[in-house]
Amino acid sequence: MSETSVVTNESATESTTNNEDAIVSYKNITKSFGDVEVLKGIDLDIKPAEKVALIGPSGSGKTTIIRMLMTLEQPTSGEIIVDGKNLWHMEKNGELVPATEKHLREVRGDIGMVFQHFNLFPHMTILENCMTAPIHVQKEDKASAKKRSIEMLEKVGLGDKLDNYPSQLSGGQKQRVAMARALVMRPKVMLFDEVTSALDPELVGEVLEVIRDIAKEGEMAMVLVTHEMEFALDIADRVIFLDNGVIAEQGPPSKVLENPDNERLQQFLHRFRG
Amino acid sequence: MTPKGQAPSTGGLTLSFNESNKYKGVITISAIADIFPALIQGVEVTLKVLFASIILGYSMAFIAGFCRLSNNIILRSFTGFYVEVFRGTSLIVQLFWLFYALPMLFNFDIGSNFWAGVLAISLNYGAYMSEIVRGSILSVAKGQHEASTALNMTRFQRMRLVILPQAVRMMLPEFGNYLILMLKSTSLVSLIGMHDILYQGDLLRDANLSQAPTVYLLVLVFYFLMALPLIWLTKKMEAFSKKGVATQ
Repeated sequence: MSETSVVTNESATESTTNNEDAIVSYKNITKSFGDVEVLKGIDLDIKPAEKVALIGPSGSGKTTIIRMLMTLEQPTSGEIIVDGKNLWHMEKNGELVPATEKHLREVRGDIGMVFQHFNLFPHMTILENCMTAPIHVQKEDKASAKKRSIEMLEKVGLGDKLDNYPSQLSGGQKQRVAMARALVMRPKVMLFDEVTSALDPELVGEVLEVIRDIAKEGEMAMVLVTHEMEFALDIADRVIFLDNGVIAEQGPPSKVLENPDNERLQQFLHRFRG
Repeated sequence: MTPKGQAPSTGGLTLSFNESNKYKGVITISAIADIFPALIQGVEVTLKVLFASIILGYSMAFIAGFCRLSNNIILRSFTGFYVEVFRGTSLIVQLFWLFYALPMLFNFDIGSNFWAGVLAISLNYGAYMSEIVRGSILSVAKGQHEASTALNMTRFQRMRLVILPQAVRMMLPEFGNYLILMLKSTSLVSLIGMHDILYQGDLLRDANLSQAPTVYLLVLVFYFLMALPLIWLTKKMEAFSKKGVATQ
């Protein structure tokens, strides 16, 4: 289906062990900001098409986990393997050295991300927001990129806003554009960073609706950092509870959210449900 | 034309500044017809210096602005030195250095007073405006960098497609102000013998001292008329820049 983002990687950065064909593997990842150790050794495999919800108190490192996969944050130690390729390191003269910008670009092409604050490009129309990257990054021809962008915007219910600028849209509409913009790149893994947190309560529903539709289509793996427990229960295959920089509990949503073992998780859920 | 300060029969307006005849100045409307064509001869030179300075000055601003954002510390410090030297010294002294001092010191010919003037103005304003370029690029929201990284753009694509178009919008209002300032500083080239508007005015005054008020009034009017389109342009740019910027 996708002729795009064909990653050529002649350097043999094939991962040593590849657990059950995971599309993304975190291997003993730690991350410190100054003296503060936010993540204290994360091991995590995400399978193709798997929907994973990351929950946990603020400061538990949920967002940092997905930001490292998008290359917006560099791990302090450990490795992240994406589709068999080492993300933050590359092989050079038989040694693993820190990745260059070029290497990062080759590996992260299969990852897409939607942000809490949308981060739409304010100087471009909605349509331009969507079609710019396929044209310039994936070298798709303009007509086809435009066609796909329009289809995607129609899918998220914004087919009548193509020539509007982001400033003319509501928060919920902006977030739907942001999703369309990420989706036209046809990522294999899509990251959602608290995408409803900045929205007015009455606009949350329309955004979750779109995510639910995307999730139903299947083929793409999704990692959602979220505070919407009901939503996580509804669409996730697996829920991961992060606490104090480690994975404190994980499993199917019915188990983790309805019948948790971890005491901290029980407290956390209790606070949430009031 | 109006000796001893008597109201001229031909002119409509006489302003007396001083009781003493020797320093009496007048603005004589009848003389405008003589002065106007003489000043017009200077307009071409003023405009030529202005346009060349605009092109070179803005180029300098972008080059220096980008250099100050470079990862290369040598490039960064060298550009920083240039900016501070040109911001910290007077334009007229820089002009004299370029036109008189440097050619003598290093025994070269700068070619013409035109290029000396243009170079001094563009290096000086380029230094100021490079700070605008740098500041505007830095003030584009971090989320814009992150979104373009998430779309897997190269560093160059991020700058060209996302950051710079927004940064330029922030630069425009300031750029407009400097445009008007540049027009006004072109009058300095009269000091290195270029025949611009002010030079033509000085010539007329030398020929007839009592005309000085009329001459300089008209010189003011000339500069103001030339500034009008630039003021209009600045307002347009301000309006344009209000749209489409994400800042933190």
